[in-house]
Amino acid sequence: MTILVIAEHENGAVAPATLNTVAAAAKIGGDIHVLVAGQNVGGVAESAAKIAGVGKVLVADNAAYAHQLPENVAPLVAELGKGYSHVLAPATSNGKNILPRVAALLDVDQISEIIAVESADTFKRPIYAGNAIATVQSNAAVKVITVRATGFDAVAAEGGSAAVEAVAAAHDAGKSAFVGEELAKSDRPELTAAKIVVSGGRGMQNGDNFKHLYALADKLGAAVGASRAAVDAGFVPNDMQVGQTGKIVAPQLYIAVGISGAIQHLAGMKDSKVIVAINKDEEAPIFQIADYGLVADLFEAVPELEKLV
Amino acid sequence: MKILVAVKRVVDYNVKVRVKADNSGVDLANVKMSMNPFCEIAVEEAVRLKEKGVATEIVVVSIGPSTAQEQLRTALALGADRAILVESAEDLTSLAVAKLLKAVVDKEQPQLVILGKQAIDSDNNQTGQMLAALSGYGQGTFASKVEVSGDSVSVTREIDGGAQTVSLKLPAIVTTDLRLNEPRYASLPNIMKAKKKPLEVLTPDALGVSTASTNKTLKVEAPAARSAGIKVKSVAELVEKLKNEAKVI
Repeated sequence: MTILVIAEHENGAVAPATLNTVAAAAKIGGDIHVLVAGQNVGGVAESAAKIAGVGKVLVADNAAYAHQLPENVAPLVAELGKGYSHVLAPATSNGKNILPRVAALLDVDQISEIIAVESADTFKRPIYAGNAIATVQSNAAVKVITVRATGFDAVAAEGGSAAVEAVAAAHDAGKSAFVGEELAKSDRPELTAAKIVVSGGRGMQNGDNFKHLYALADKLGAAVGASRAAVDAGFVPNDMQVGQTGKIVAPQLYIAVGISGAIQHLAGMKDSKVIVAINKDEEAPIFQIADYGLVADLFEAVPELEKLV
Repeated sequence: MKILVAVKRVVDYNVKVRVKADNSGVDLANVKMSMNPFCEIAVEEAVRLKEKGVATEIVVVSIGPSTAQEQLRTALALGADRAILVESAEDLTSLAVAKLLKAVVDKEQPQLVILGKQAIDSDNNQTGQMLAALSGYGQGTFASKVEVSGDSVSVTREIDGGAQTVSLKLPAIVTTDLRLNEPRYASLPNIMKAKKKPLEVLTPDALGVSTASTNKTLKVEAPAARSAGIKVKSVAELVEKLKNEAKVI
């Protein structure tokens, strides 16, 4: 068995979700190869070669693979994938965009967002917004799988010494072109990788009031998230959204401030180790899953909390 | 141009689902069903493109049991012109659905196909991408903005770090994200009119598509329940608990 892991990378570095995906591959067992596709990705390939447990790194360095356009990257992965027992990618927006296209090209069903490996062909994944867990078995020749990063502890980024091999294949479908991108800037830890997450909901009332959460987050070294209600109301940008349709997080500590706890939000954070809810409505559903609940006005409780931690 | 919109009948998003005692699946008997929320957004976007004069005809398609006709009628009431139901009682995988949609695309030759980014039952997020691969079209997934100009479509996509814009050659596949638009409600007169709009029923056999799957669901379980927490009286008590009991700060 040999497993191909599609590396997620940005700004010339391997994204953390790749390390969780390699961890899932290690649980399946067998040799692990990592594919780095992009433009000017020599540095990424070198750091991918250092990931613990990786046997070989394949590099497809071509202008066609810049910005990870799925029309160009998917045929490359499908072509390489034929020689592997499993093709894995992190369930990031890139992974979700590319991998189903790969699966269709290979004519196999895909298994999305696995959270556990039962055996080499059997996996667990959440369905119905995390309200049920399905155990799925695949008899496909090539098993195509996306991995939910929070389901697996990351492998070490250092310690490996894999060989790096260039892949010549260049696919340019000519169906799509990159026009531009607008990235939200943040000095705080990345939401999906943070040990502590402080999230605000509709109860924050406006975007300006998020400054209370930023102050608390900076003191805790935490990332700041938001519920869909806060994003839809325009308080904060949508890349801060935690939930079924946003980011899935599982930090050590999740502090939900002014969030009622709709199913869609819980699907994104209920695997956090410790959940704290601060809400003035003592009937809010969030209290049913919170380890520690505080019924209080957030505009008094949050500044006080910031002073005491 | 002609737009094809795919819609799915799913359990209503407000329903708290229960896992069956024999772990064979989720109990859907006597549960309220609705159109998948992302599919509503797809229908709305198609209707808006028609209102702008970009689209001339909207064909809405669903693949599933005969009861999915209800969701197709809803889409017709929202502004779609005609409907196609590919009737199948089986639980189909995303790949099987994508193959059936490909057959409908071949038949109808739309310039744009709009789907939701994922269905809230299976949470797969695969069908649009798979349909794009099978038909060889470009894909604009997780769209928050769609602009058609000439023979291309510009799609602004929601990505992990923010937003990305790509330009796709038509025909193309677009999957909707939540922020693309706010779907309208069907008015009573439109619901009445929708009953008279054409609805064609096909079968996978008639389309010559095999729906065999390489995946098998062995069991479905309820997730591990969290143990009940406690309510603290003050911020000071909360900080004390987090430091000394939970040891997370």
